[in-house]
Formats: sequence, structure tokens, C-alpha cells
Amino acid sequence: MGLEIKMPALSPTMEEGTLAKWLVKEGDEVKAGDIMAEIETDKATMEFEAVDEGTIEKILIAEGTDNVKVGTVIALLTGEGEAAAAPAPAAVEAPKAEAAAEEPAPKKAESGTSNLGGGKAVAVTDPAIPEGTQMVKTTVREALRDAMAEEMRKDPRVFLMGEEVAEYQGAYKVTQGLLDEFGPKRVIDTPITEHGFAGIGAGAAMGGLRPVVEFMTFNFAMQAIDHIINSAAKTNYMSGGQMRCPIVFRGPNGAASRVAAQHSQNYGPWYAAVPGLVVIAPYDSSDAKGLLKAAIRSEDPVVFLENELVYGRSFDVPQVEDHVLPIGKARIVRPGKDVTIVSYSIGVGVALDAAEQLSGEGIDAEVIDLRTLRPLDTATVLQSLAKTNRVVVVEEGWPVCSISSEIMAVCMEQGFDDLDAPVLRVTNEDVPLPYAANLEKAAIIDSARVVAAARKVCYKS
Amino acid sequence: MRNDRSFSLHIPEPDARPGEVPDFSHLHLAPAGATERPSPDTPGLELREMPFRFMRVLDEDHRAVGPWAPRIDPEMLRKGLRAMMLTRIFDDRMFRAHRQGKTSFYMKSTGEEAIPVAQSLLLGAGDMCFPTYRVLGWLMARDYPLPDLANQIFSNEKDPLRGRQLPILYSARDYGFYSLSGNLGSRMIHAVGWAMASAYKQDDKLALAYVGDGTTAEGDFHEALTFASVYHAPAILCITNNQWAISSYSGFAGAQEAPLVARAIGFGMPGLRVDGNDFLAIWAATQWAIERARANMGATLIEFVTYRVAGHSTSDDPTKYRPSDEANHFPLGDPLERLKQHLIALGEWDEERHAALTQELDQAVRQAMKDGEAIGTLGKSKPPVSEMFEGVFKEPDWRVIEQRRELGV
Repeated sequence: MGLEIKMPALSPTMEEGTLAKWLVKEGDEVKAGDIMAEIETDKATMEFEAVDEGTIEKILIAEGTDNVKVGTVIALLTGEGEAAAAPAPAAVEAPKAEAAAEEPAPKKAESGTSNLGGGKAVAVTDPAIPEGTQMVKTTVREALRDAMAEEMRKDPRVFLMGEEVAEYQGAYKVTQGLLDEFGPKRVIDTPITEHGFAGIGAGAAMGGLRPVVEFMTFNFAMQAIDHIINSAAKTNYMSGGQMRCPIVFRGPNGAASRVAAQHSQNYGPWYAAVPGLVVIAPYDSSDAKGLLKAAIRSEDPVVFLENELVYGRSFDVPQVEDHVLPIGKARIVRPGKDVTIVSYSIGVGVALDAAEQLSGEGIDAEVIDLRTLRPLDTATVLQSLAKTNRVVVVEEGWPVCSISSEIMAVCMEQGFDDLDAPVLRVTNEDVPLPYAANLEKAAIIDSARVVAAARKVCYKS
Repeated sequence: MRNDRSFSLHIPEPDARPGEVPDFSHLHLAPAGATERPSPDTPGLELREMPFRFMRVLDEDHRAVGPWAPRIDPEMLRKGLRAMMLTRIFDDRMFRAHRQGKTSFYMKSTGEEAIPVAQSLLLGAGDMCFPTYRVLGWLMARDYPLPDLANQIFSNEKDPLRGRQLPILYSARDYGFYSLSGNLGSRMIHAVGWAMASAYKQDDKLALAYVGDGTTAEGDFHEALTFASVYHAPAILCITNNQWAISSYSGFAGAQEAPLVARAIGFGMPGLRVDGNDFLAIWAATQWAIERARANMGATLIEFVTYRVAGHSTSDDPTKYRPSDEANHFPLGDPLERLKQHLIALGEWDEERHAALTQELDQAVRQAMKDGEAIGTLGKSKPPVSEMFEGVFKEPDWRVIEQRRELGV
């Protein structure tokens, strides 16, 4: 009875590989430690040693075979004194590797050098902006308003509710003009209870409408988090797919100026941890508009995280009729080759500032805006890592169990062989945000810290 | 410096603990037929005495009396009785199945069957009930398939909810039964949101929701009333006051300070306090609330006074906190027995037919359970692992696809 030799796993994540070369042939005697074959994965080529002594009875997978699944029997070994004649029943399974190769299962992105995106459901890209499209300087605040107005014009099911969104035009004036255009039925001032109107919104979404719920800030949404997570995110799942909750929860997130510990929190990592929620956190006006429109059209509940400090900043927005962007796709906002700086929301501005300073020092930084936090576009990050071999994550928020941690984990798990330095994160200090201006400044990320981290991963500090 | 008198903290206490004589005198009941029936389109503020009245229709002789006595076809009454009997038989059998390890969890609605059964029969197709976990009768009244219930409870591979939800937290959209949430109170505010959406769409569908006495202490309850009142939501909001929230008696939610339904007064909303063990009174109150909502006058809050005869769940031992014979002292009797006696008094039912129906339903429940057991009970037959990844999003995102692939499902 032959001993089955199986396709080895050369790393914990390896699932298949190429049997590049046999270094033994049928009839050869091998002893433990002899190199029998070369196995290639997308990370590396490795030699495969014999574990047992014996004679190579049969080679079942020819060299050069791709996509051989881990565990597939690749050869039969006859132990000492055993008759070499007994054909093992496993031999008839020889075409197994071919069958495996035909499987349509998407290939896992195992490292930054592999065919990234191949394992993803769809390779989404931003729609091309036609040549000659006029770009209009627009504040983020206006872009968000325009997105809601356009979707409300298009779809009568869409309505907006929240504290002071109507008469007062929004606490941060994001809903300016909407009451005038759409009237009090579609722009609704609510009683002061986030838990209440988040629940009402969830119910209305279940009842067939498309609510956009504004939180004056996401800090106030703490009391509504039960409806966001336990109601909106799970109803579809728990009802066996019978009921959906297409709703957008939006509002400013993260630290504002001098509003201290209870009102300066970044909830990105909180919501991004929840299956069933889509989480979007744009930086500039074009993304704010294009992604909010996509969020309103989503069949799934969306948490849309804005930033109060960015509302007044102006950016180009393409003047196209229906500017909708794909959810789940990051964007390279500044191409570079020496180091990848990954960020989202207000952190993108910090990262871009840092990239400018770094270019003066001869470090060419690539800046990636994640834009969507769930589903996270890891392919774009890993592709960039494969190019620069260095990553710094910038996050206006706490470091522990953060988006930074997640990016670092992904780089480690899937991009290990591409890394020339440990991934570093630049985040806020791990403390409740203090009130005093100097302390606040000390606690929050700035470009100098990003520059220092980038130098460090480039070994230029 | 101290004031003349120091404060003392009031800790509410139920009238009787284990070993003591049950006492329900605090319920302030009234005889059948004693409460007037205002027109359903009466302005809310003119109805502010209603929460302090008590409405019942069936008297001690099992006759329907007074201005609230509804006209119900005897066939409908028999349908109600059947659904209540079926609920009780199913509950009893499933409770025993739990003790044999066939499911991990069960909750009985014994003593409260009349409420969901009457309302289920009264509301229309397309109206939506936002249930609590003690309204199985709603589904029974609409002939929800017994095997689907059994399969859901056993969480086997034919589970209509595909192994994703706790036993008895049913979802049955086509039966007007919203996805049952484990979070107390959240579905009441969803019901109001749903009702507001109905009005928004100029639809004609009502929402009905339940909370227990304990849940009236939650913010959701008050928030639901705020929105229901402000926007005149076409909703029927029900408090099933069964006296006990697990081991917390209703006094912890404030029922000893004022009837729970009196919360409606501050919202300018009608509040009806109703005998929850009287099928006809439940019918009449619900009909009144429907008429009011249909007249675009918004929501009604109804408190059904009833009693939770069983423990809270299979995990509860009520003898630790209430007299073991308390149910026998509850002054409103057994809803099933009362409807049965009413039908007999009408000459529309008799003991022989009752015994035959009992046997028939018992047989149907046995068969459904047997069929469910044949597919598998807890852990014996499992929904496919792939189900874990279904329904997270409408279209699976790449994470879901990746995880499925890693598990090979």
C-alpha cells in the first residue's frame, strides 16, 4: 500500500499552488529530507522535502500543473520492503488537479504581488468622467445637500428626517434649501430623541420608504446605535430575507473643534465592525456627493460618516447629470512610488499635506482614500503596497481595534512578502479627547506625525 | 443643616410573594358592561377619563353585555376558540419538547391567547403586526403552517428562517407578522414608523404593536407614543399587562402609580383599559381603534389586563417570586374557558364538540412535531453552513464571498 504524498501548505493561508518541478522520478528511492519537488505559490517558490523514506511509486500530478489544491495527492510512495506493484486506489483520482483548476472559485489574493482583485466579487471602478466635463468648486456641505436633493427629486420614497433639518436648515446647514423645495412632509424636524427617530426611520424603511436620517452628530447617535445595529443591520438576516431596511444614517463624525470627550469620537471602526452595514466616510466634495447618492440607492442600511471640519472646504465636483460612485472602492488621490499612505475622511487632507512635505525631501508618497470602510477595498491597498513596499495608515481616531488595525492586519496577512518595513499607524492619542486647545492639538493627528512615520518606514529618519 | 424630615426611598413591592395569599385588588376592575362607549372620532382630550375605566363585555353568566358588546358571527367566535385552543396545545407540547432537549428555548402564552387571536382575525391582509414573543395566537388564527413553526423551533434544515434566529422569534411577512425582535420595545417604534410610512404613501394599512407591562418603562415606548401622537400615525399600540416581566411585577414599570394606559393622556391619545381575557372586549376595543385610525384620527393605546400563567420562558421558575397558585386567584379567569362558555351560552357550542376539537388539534400538533422531529430537532439536522452567509447584504460583498470560499460552502 503506497503512502500518499499530498500537496503541502507552505503557509497557513495557502490553498493551492503550482507544482513547478519534480526533482524525483518514478522508481527513485528517497529518504527523509530529500528534496522531491518545487512548489510555487504567488508568494514564493519553495522546495518540498520528503518526510518518509521509500520509493516513488507513482507521480500523479505532472510538473507544471497550476492550481493544485492543498491536500491533493500528488504522488505515491512505497515504504521499504513493500511491493511496488500495488496500485493505490487514489491513483484514479489523478485528474483531480485538473478538476480543481477548472473550478470557477475566485482565487484568493494572497499577497500584494498576486492578481489582486481576482478574489473580489467585482472589480469596481469610478465611472469615467467625459473629456471636457466642467468641474465646479463646491463645498462638501453643498455637495451633500445636492446629493440629497437630486435623489429626492428622482425618487418620491426618499425623505429626510432629523433634529433641526427643516426650518433651521440643519445644525450645520447641510440641509439648506431642502424644506423650501420639498416641503415639511419630506424634510421632517423630529422630536429630540435619536433613539426615537432612528427607530422611526428603521420602521419607515421596513414600510417601504427610503429614509435619510440625519444625526446632528454621530456622538448623539450613541443612543440610536441599537436601532442601527440590532434593527437596521440585522432585520434582513433575521427575517430570512423577508424584510429589508434600506436607510441612510448620516451626519458629522469625528473630532470637531473643542467639543471634548463626549462629542469628538470617530465611530468609523465601530460601525465598520458590523456585518450587514455599509459604512462610508468620504473626504472631498465629489466623493461626498457621488457616494451619498449611491448610499440612498442602496438596498442595505448605510452609515454615512461626514466631518464637520470638512463641511466648508471646497473641491471640484464634475458637472455630470448623475454623479454616482461605487460603494466599496478606494481611490488613489495622489500617486507615488516610495510609500503608501492610507487614510479616510479628514485624515486624507492630513495625508496629502504630509505627502507634499515628503516630496520636498525626495520621498514620493502615494495617498489612498479608502472612502468606504465596509466593505473595505483591500485590493487597492495591497496593490499599492506591492508597488511601494511601505505603508503608513493615518486615522483621526483611536488606534485600538481601528480601521488602522484592520489595514495593518490585511497587509500582514496578505501582503507580508511585499513589506520592507512594518506598517505604521498615525492615530489620535489613546485617550478621551481633552478640551483644552493645546491638549486637543496634542491628541489629534497632524501632518508632521505622518511625515515622521513615512520617513521611518523609508528608513530615512 | 438638615431639613425637618429626611427622605425615604419608595421601593415598590407586589401584593403577594411566595407563600402569601394572592391579592389583585389593586387592579381596580369594573363589572362587564359598566363603561360607556364614546364615538371613535371623539377628540383625544375628551377621552381622558377612559384610561381609568375598565372595559369588559362578558359577564359572570358568559353573556355579552353593555355598549361595547360587539356583533360577531358565531362562526368567527368558533374560529377564535379554535386558534386559542391550538395555541395552548402547541405551547404545552413544545414546552415539554424543550425539557427533552429538542429545542433550546421556548415561551408559552398561556392565559393571553385571546389578545392576538382576536386582533389577528380582526385586522386585514396587508395590515402589519409588530409582535412580542407571546402572540403565537396571531399566527394560529391565520393558519400559519404548524410544520413551519416546529421547524423554526427545532432550527432544522427546513427552518423557514434558515437557522439564523432564536426559537419562537418568528418572521412571517405574508401573515402580517413582522420579524420578532429580541430587543424589548424596539418594534413598537418601528410600528409607528411603519404606520407613518403607510400614511405617507396614502396607503390604507394599519400597524399594530405590542409591548409588555415591563417594556412601558423603556424609552422606545414613550418615543413611539410621541411620534404616534404628533403625526397621527395609523397604529394600534397595545400594552399586554400580564402582571409580570420575568420576575419584575408591573409596579416596577409604574402600574401601581397609575394604570399604564394612562400614559396616553399626556399625548392627547385615547387610552382604553380592557379585560385582556375577554375575547369580545378585545375585539370591541380593537374595532374601536381601527375605526378611529381609519378616520385619520391616529393611534389608540390599549392596555389589556391579563395574567402570565406560565413562567416567562423555559429558563424561568416563577415559584421563586410569586405565589404558586396566583393564577387561580386572578379575577379575570381563563380566556379560553370564558369564550367556550360564551359559545355554549349562545347555543353555538357544546362539550362534545369541544372534546372532539381538542382531540383533532392535539393530533395535528403531534403530527407537525413528529414531522419536524423527522427532519431533526436541535442539533440533529442543521441548516446548511452556507446559510450563515446568506442575507447579510442583498448582494454578498466580497468579504462574504471570501469567507464562503474559505469555508468551502
